[in-house]
Amino acid sequence: MANVSGSLRNRLVITLIVGVAFLSLLLYFAVRDYAAKIALQSQDSILRASVISILDTASIQQGKVELDIPYSSFSMLNTLTDDRIFYAIYQNEKLLSGYDNLSIPPIDEGSKSNYQSTHFLNVPIRQVTASRILVGADVRTKVTATIAQTQDSLSGTLSKISRTAALYGAGFFMLAVLLSLWAASTAIRPLKNLANSVARRGPQDLSPVSNQVPSEMGPLVSSFNKLMMRLEKSFSQSEEFIAEAAHRVRTPLSTVRSHAEATLQRVEKEENRQAVRSMIRAIDESSRASTQLLDHAMITFRANQLEYHTIDLVDLVTEIVRSLSPVADMKHVELRLSGDSSVTVSGDSTLIQNAVSNIIDNALKYSPTESEVNVKVLANPTPRVEVTDQGSGFPADQIESVTTRFARGRNAEGTIGSGLGLTIARDVVDAHGGKLTIDNHPQGGACVIFSL
Amino acid sequence: MKYLLIEDNTELAQAIGARLQIDGHVMDHADNFADAVSFSNSGDYDLILLDIMLPDGDGTDFLAHHRASHKDTPVIVLTARSQVSDRVNMLDLGADDYMTKPFDHAELEARCRAVLRRKSGSTQTVIRLADVEFDPVAGYLKVSGEKRTLRNRELRLLEVFMNAPGQIFSKQKLVDRLFSYDNDVSENAIEVYVARVRKHLEDSSLSITTARGMGYRLDSE
Repeated sequence: MANVSGSLRNRLVITLIVGVAFLSLLLYFAVRDYAAKIALQSQDSILRASVISILDTASIQQGKVELDIPYSSFSMLNTLTDDRIFYAIYQNEKLLSGYDNLSIPPIDEGSKSNYQSTHFLNVPIRQVTASRILVGADVRTKVTATIAQTQDSLSGTLSKISRTAALYGAGFFMLAVLLSLWAASTAIRPLKNLANSVARRGPQDLSPVSNQVPSEMGPLVSSFNKLMMRLEKSFSQSEEFIAEAAHRVRTPLSTVRSHAEATLQRVEKEENRQAVRSMIRAIDESSRASTQLLDHAMITFRANQLEYHTIDLVDLVTEIVRSLSPVADMKHVELRLSGDSSVTVSGDSTLIQNAVSNIIDNALKYSPTESEVNVKVLANPTPRVEVTDQGSGFPADQIESVTTRFARGRNAEGTIGSGLGLTIARDVVDAHGGKLTIDNHPQGGACVIFSL
Repeated sequence: MKYLLIEDNTELAQAIGARLQIDGHVMDHADNFADAVSFSNSGDYDLILLDIMLPDGDGTDFLAHHRASHKDTPVIVLTARSQVSDRVNMLDLGADDYMTKPFDHAELEARCRAVLRRKSGSTQTVIRLADVEFDPVAGYLKVSGEKRTLRNRELRLLEVFMNAPGQIFSKQKLVDRLFSYDNDVSENAIEVYVARVRKHLEDSSLSITTARGMGYRLDSE
């Protein structure tokens, strides 16, 4: 049917979900990062306050530096997780108090303190360092204090924040997925509506699509409508063309035929008469072929768009029999109609008429003179037209193949025909979902059943 | 019989006229709608042959006009269009029959006869020769008041002889007049019909005699 590759809805949903997943991750990292920075800042400011409070107590007494580490300096650093605290105080390069292996980072000119994350005793720590210049009577010395704290509390806080951020990210993701599903089906809906309204059309509905569609679908719908217009035009042109072609071919043929017939009555010489006779036969052959080819084209073309009407098969066949009876009469063939008084069927009357005409015409053509052609219209078991003749019947081995295009029975030699008559009948029957049965009568003669 | 042929193709009209003449008929030809109307108003025709494609008006217009003026002259439509829908349309408009071009004259004749028979009483087509009264349309023969019914080929054969008494017709010529061309027919087939016509002519003053090696002719005693 259609060359389908993927689904527009799925494609839209997948694109949206991938985008949303990326955004969720970004949100997660941003929140975690920001939270970590805030936590670190608060730790830093406490550490700095502690360092400053120590340095504040430094003074020079009799040329010597004196320090009194206040209790509050360390108590303010108390955390729930009992982080460890390390400190060191130097006067110039000399350790006054604290851990001698706690290194002091250099403090940049201009900034008063240094913050760094490092490791001490293989434990990650946050270290804040500050210094102060003490000026005595004749002394000028620099005191540097550094305090470091392990980060257990901070990492605890951080993982808590991470969990919360992850939860928010996941929640955002779920919500966004739902939203994108909804958005995708909303975006697809006009397309679905359009597809439905096109699918619901009858086979003969070639009218333009009038659905309101989003602007993106405008070009598609207008191309579709143009296609429909072209299709309708080409359908009506084909019908016109077939009628016109028939007219163009047959008019000159009929002039030639009438002249030939008149000539035949005038010429005396047998060989000339023979020539004129074969001319007439050739004309008949080509005119019959043109009729049936055009009929066949018409049927092929109409089979896709049958015009169903309720018709009385008996009325239809009666009219055909009436119109063919002069032909039967010419051959002294008795054309009889029998069967039910009314058989109602639903179908394309033009096509059925054409098919039944062809079957009866065929029977008449192959009937010997002074014989009978019986046409029966029956309602049961299925609505049907049975045509039996008293000719030589179909050759047993060719019953299968007589409905193939241009195939003619072996016994058709010497009779004018194109081999399309039964093909037309079968095509019409097929288009209506019926069955064409071709057989020989036990008493001899062909029997064709056109069953709808 | 007198025919009115309404056909815009002059070539074809001449050909049809020539053919009808051979069968002993008279034909007037109108090649446009206006002539067709004036001919049909003034002349007294047994049958109208109508082409539906005319230069100055559709043949269907003529049909409508013809039916509106309550003329009961039968109309047989001749057309190059073969669609069944066209056919049904023509019959609905009041055509009596319909033939697709090119047509077999034998079939045209058979159809004319069928149409005229359906409208029986409207035409006098009886041919009288000696004590025989012959109506080719109704399809009977009256010999001293006794009615004998003839079938199509017998009719046609007798019609050929009655139109040209004393003239010799070869078997082959008769075959060409009696049979359509879609079947191979041997000359001997004609003998069957000659025998039947002879039987119908029993007890009359007419008889079909064999001109040895040449054919048959109609003689009257």
